Amino acid sequence: MNAAVAELRWTLRDCFLVTGRNMRHFTRQPQLLLFSTIQPVMFIILFTYVFGGAIGSSLPEGVSYVDFLLPGILIQSSAFRASQTAVGLAEDMKNGVVDRLRSMPMSRAAVLVGRTGADMVRTLFVVALMIVVGYIVGFSFMNGPLQAVAAVIVVCLFSLALSWIFAFVGLISDGAETAQSAGFVFMFPLVFASSVFVPIETMPSWLEGFASVSPVTLAVDSARALSLGGDVAGPLLGFLAWTVGILAVFVPLCVWRFRRMS
Amino acid sequence: MSAAVRVEGLAKRFGDTTALAGVDLEVQQGAVLGLLGPNGAGKTTIVRVLATLLRPDEGRAEVLGHDVVREAREVRRVIGLAGQFAAVDELLTGRENLRLFAGLFRMGRREGRARAEDLLERLDLLDAADRTAKTYSGGMRRRLDLASSLLTRPPVLFLDEPTTGLDPRSRNQIWTVVRELVEEGTTVFLTTQYLEEADQLASRIAVIDHGQVIAQGTGNELKDQIGGQMVQVRLVDAGRREAAERALARVGCGADHHTGGQDGLVTVPAPRDGVAMVAEAAAALRDAGVEVSDLALRRPTLDDVFLELTGREAAPEDAPTQPADDAAPDSRRPEAEKEPV
Repeated sequence: MNAAVAELRWTLRDCFLVTGRNMRHFTRQPQLLLFSTIQPVMFIILFTYVFGGAIGSSLPEGVSYVDFLLPGILIQSSAFRASQTAVGLAEDMKNGVVDRLRSMPMSRAAVLVGRTGADMVRTLFVVALMIVVGYIVGFSFMNGPLQAVAAVIVVCLFSLALSWIFAFVGLISDGAETAQSAGFVFMFPLVFASSVFVPIETMPSWLEGFASVSPVTLAVDSARALSLGGDVAGPLLGFLAWTVGILAVFVPLCVWRFRRMS
Repeated sequence: MSAAVRVEGLAKRFGDTTALAGVDLEVQQGAVLGLLGPNGAGKTTIVRVLATLLRPDEGRAEVLGHDVVREAREVRRVIGLAGQFAAVDELLTGRENLRLFAGLFRMGRREGRARAEDLLERLDLLDAADRTAKTYSGGMRRRLDLASSLLTRPPVLFLDEPTTGLDPRSRNQIWTVVRELVEEGTTVFLTTQYLEEADQLASRIAVIDHGQVIAQGTGNELKDQIGGQMVQVRLVDAGRREAAERALARVGCGADHHTGGQDGLVTVPAPRDGVAMVAEAAAALRDAGVEVSDLALRRPTLDDVFLELTGREAAPEDAPTQPADDAAPDSRRPEAEKEPV
């Protein structure tokens, strides 16, 4: 029993060390961090001022487009950034860091947990920055601080779940570029066919049907309801089911793939 | 003495390519085995199996009595791995690299930091300790890589082509450290395509080609396999090579042997020692009308052994700096083990 507890503590320390190492990488590549924050900030500003007028009229009374948009953009930027997990892992495999770690008596899971964990922390950083920018252009949380925190947690969980999918993509792909373009091909339609930018009721019924069960829509609707008010339980349950389902499939898949890597 | 590393009947295939075709090896504790072979011979594959990175298809391997497949965890505790494919983190500084790996080797914080400082000093990296590894020269990077593998003072050290592509000064630095480690009792399993490196560092040499060990012994034993001496002739006219070889074969030199050497240089094993041999060879060449600018009797080098065993020249000592096929950094690719065309 004591041995198991000790092993768990070592494993947690390994995860912590690898996470720290990956986060240090972010600070060593400020240009990457800059670009990964400029893009979502640009989206907030462009969508608010370009589409705000046209789409605003189809929103409920008292809700401005930026209030509607921001929770969506938080999810959208997480979705587009998720492929970075695959890129990071693919690079570590290519340059031999993963081999060195695999030759050491450390926890195998730490390589994956450290990657997805650090990527989630980065999401948190980008989210915080986007909320600040959102406030500058008129956004505000209308539903209280606890709900605001819960909305941020939803975004982080969404980011974490996608990160594990892309960890698997990174483990089976043959390079960072492949992983990245694969991410784009899948995430682009999922993000646009969702409630990120527009209410899905405005879509043709077949598309609305797809969008209404999409994890992206459910994540956006959860975050949106938590920040604006409205029905939280419905979308949140759906979103949590997706999250648990994705993690239940992809965490074991990643671990399996990592163990039989050669 | 018992064996630190034992390899029995090891076989590994990647698709259609046979990387290892039944390898048997043994390294005694405290000894240095030099695994010598051309690109694609299977050297890296063996190290990857021993370092628990790759499962063999057949056969078994043990490090200090621990099976590399069933007791991988125990093996990882007693080995250090450095060389072509075990990289350092380019975006971290030298010091950060060592502290990170010390932590992941599960050393205590204070112990890990102290050990990192020792190794930075020992491998002459203190001045560069706070620069990111990206800015390091090839030699510094290799020394940091070696330092990372020495954190736990592993009793068994695997070095996969530790000096490939390095300049002579950096190579000598690595050699010095390896010699010190051996003095301290470390068992070293070294792969190299440089004959000189095997000759300089290894107490025993195993020659590997096409995934099989084709010869084993001390450097001197291998040289003796060819015979005591070599006759070396420098031709005035490189085009007369065949005539020269025929003439030398008549006095027993180099019959049934691979002959090597560059343009105007013929090197063949000599059946006998001494001045008489030189005289016979000279007479045979004169009778055949082959003009020579130099004729000498010398001890065989490992180059000669290599050529004799594999029918191929070994890599030149001043090899180009690009990594060899066998040691392609993208180690996940089985193509890394394919034969060069």
